[in-house]
Amino acid sequence: MAVQEITYREAIVAALTEEMRRDPKTLIMGEDIGPSGGPFKTCQGLYEEFGAARVRDTPIAETGFVGAALGLALTGYRPIAEIMFSDFLGVCFDQIVNGIAKHRFMSGAQSTVPLVIRAIGGGGLRFGAQHSQTGESWVLSVPGLKIVCPSSPAEAYGMLKSAIRDDNPVLIFEHKGLLSSKGEVETGAERLLPLTGSRVLRPGTDATIVASLAMVPRALGAADLLQADGIAAEVIDIRALRPMDTSAIAESVRKTSILVTVEEQTQVGGWGAEVVAQVTQQAFDYLDAPPARVTLPEYPLPFSPPLEDAALPTPESIAAAVKALV
Amino acid sequence: MKTARRGATGSARRAPAAKARGGIGHNAAALSDADRLGLFKSMARIREFEDQVHRSYLEGLVHGTTHLCQGQEAVSVGAAKPLREDDFVSYTYRGHGHCLARGMEMENAFAELFGRSTGVCQGLGGSMHLQDIERGLIGSFGIVGAGMPVAVGAGLTAQLNGRGQVSMSFFGDGACNIGAFHESLNIAQVWKLPVLFVCENNLYGEFTRINHTTPFEDLVQRAAGYAMNAVAVDGNDVEAVYAAVEPAVARAREGGGPTFIECKTYRHRGHSRTDPAKYRPQEELDAWLKRDPLILYRARLKELKLLTDREADQISADARAAAQAAAQRAAAAPWPDKDQDFMAKVYV
Ligand SMILES: Cc1ncc(C[n+]2csc(CCOP(=O)(O)OP(=O)(O)O)c2C)c(N)n1
Ligand SMILES: [Mg+2]
Repeated sequence: MAVQEITYREAIVAALTEEMRRDPKTLIMGEDIGPSGGPFKTCQGLYEEFGAARVRDTPIAETGFVGAALGLALTGYRPIAEIMFSDFLGVCFDQIVNGIAKHRFMSGAQSTVPLVIRAIGGGGLRFGAQHSQTGESWVLSVPGLKIVCPSSPAEAYGMLKSAIRDDNPVLIFEHKGLLSSKGEVETGAERLLPLTGSRVLRPGTDATIVASLAMVPRALGAADLLQADGIAAEVIDIRALRPMDTSAIAESVRKTSILVTVEEQTQVGGWGAEVVAQVTQQAFDYLDAPPARVTLPEYPLPFSPPLEDAALPTPESIAAAVKALV
Repeated sequence: MKTARRGATGSARRAPAAKARGGIGHNAAALSDADRLGLFKSMARIREFEDQVHRSYLEGLVHGTTHLCQGQEAVSVGAAKPLREDDFVSYTYRGHGHCLARGMEMENAFAELFGRSTGVCQGLGGSMHLQDIERGLIGSFGIVGAGMPVAVGAGLTAQLNGRGQVSMSFFGDGACNIGAFHESLNIAQVWKLPVLFVCENNLYGEFTRINHTTPFEDLVQRAAGYAMNAVAVDGNDVEAVYAAVEPAVARAREGGGPTFIECKTYRHRGHSRTDPAKYRPQEELDAWLKRDPLILYRARLKELKLLTDREADQISADARAAAQAAAQRAAAAPWPDKDQDFMAKVYV
């Protein structure tokens, strides 16, 4: 038990290792996660510790192993599936949205589906349009799934542990641009984080900025820029998308009267729309301006570096969106 | 189903070219001396392009990742040889070779990898997505297996057009385990589509060897489950690839339906640019490096008295100079305009 400065990647590995030690019914499946530890090294050391039976290198067959996760979950195991790039969720979409999400409900609540799908996504690394998506909006509308998106090592650790212990299917969106980011994590402890609710990262009185994943550090950067202009922005990591609890965000807006959401997805169908709708319901009278959403443009992420950079929200573009409202 | 002799597991044993037929009882159309030199030059061009990509990467010109095909040139070149200009080809993120074999200009290919406005896709695609619809290069798919059903669709177009066109799909050994593979083979067979399924069996999917993911290494066996005409061939012998593919293409043009062609080959480098490929046994790598398709074909052309070592070296040197010059021009090209009308590229 120790508070350590570790990376987001190490936090994932620590959570997986501890939970797999704790519960022999857990196992993990994915492509190249065995002896090579995963293309992003998010399974480093698992194979050595738990062996081939519980750390399973799969063929390239997302439908196969994600569907198998459902079968394992229905019959007594707690499987974890790693999707190497969130983009590949497209391949196993049916198993997730028609199967995993609905199975318990359709059984009249006879069955439980305790499984975790970890998908590593995100842009900014020049991977082009089929390897840079985060993917949350694809599944946001599907009842039966829990969806979380950790932005820091502590969240990556604490939410993954909770997800593994949860008796519902949990989809965790991780971000490859965050894998090397560092933060303090108390490993070895029962530092479980809830799978709903947001987290205030920086208090402020003049505007509320809600962000997810790699947009969180950018939102914090925007808050620094705004501070220099005398605007105190409150920054909230939404962190859990489904079920979505916006009460803390509404609370913040009652104080600041300004709401800006920041997500690495296109605007239509993103979680920002839901946040704006819910907060408007809860705190309409407190809003001083129509809420703004900073998002990707409505086109796929371009490969070319200047074009990709221009498409992604930046501290400057986020700060500008806030300033336009205050 | 005709298959070449089964190679020993993990070895680089040669599948005899004589057994490589498309299954309609005729030999491939003979290659002229000029054809042979052309095959060699085309392979040298791809090799030098890929080597230059690596150098450009080290210079910081290539962004993101790249999946190079050094060692697999004989497949791209041998399989493309019997194709007509109006045929269709789908391929993968490891697709530079397929594009160059169809005549893509090196400069525009480099420019795409460098994210420049003169790239084949104006910098919107990148290394994994080189495309040139005019050359029948209908798509470079980043999702494993995704190009196969698309090739089936192009094959249906070819069948409906009735002009004897064919559709060729390149994919790896790893792709043979994904659903899209199985659905594609089945549809192509029941509809008797003119599709050539060219499997580049380089024994690895990323860092995992085929024996960990697939019940057998001779992937040509997969075709039997779909009652599909099939052939296995030494994918490092460009003439053997040609000899296997040409009759299959001819058969497809005549309405004989699809063929599965397994090309046994090996990638010289890691899966992508960050992969040092430490997971491969040294003996395996050494054996395959000795069977470098360019070395093998150079020896064959010397035997045929078509090429001296000096001439062969000159061809490679010329290709290297051309690649260098093309990369230089590409690097000097402007970045794409940030204020361009992107929506006009999302929707017509
Ligand atoms: C659906 C899907 N799953 C996983 C990946 C990640 N991935 C990219 S290439 C690759 C290996 C493919 O191996 P193979 O088909 O043998 O082709 P090769 O790379 O050897 O040319 C994997 C797993 C992907 N791109 N798409
Ligand atoms: Mg392969």
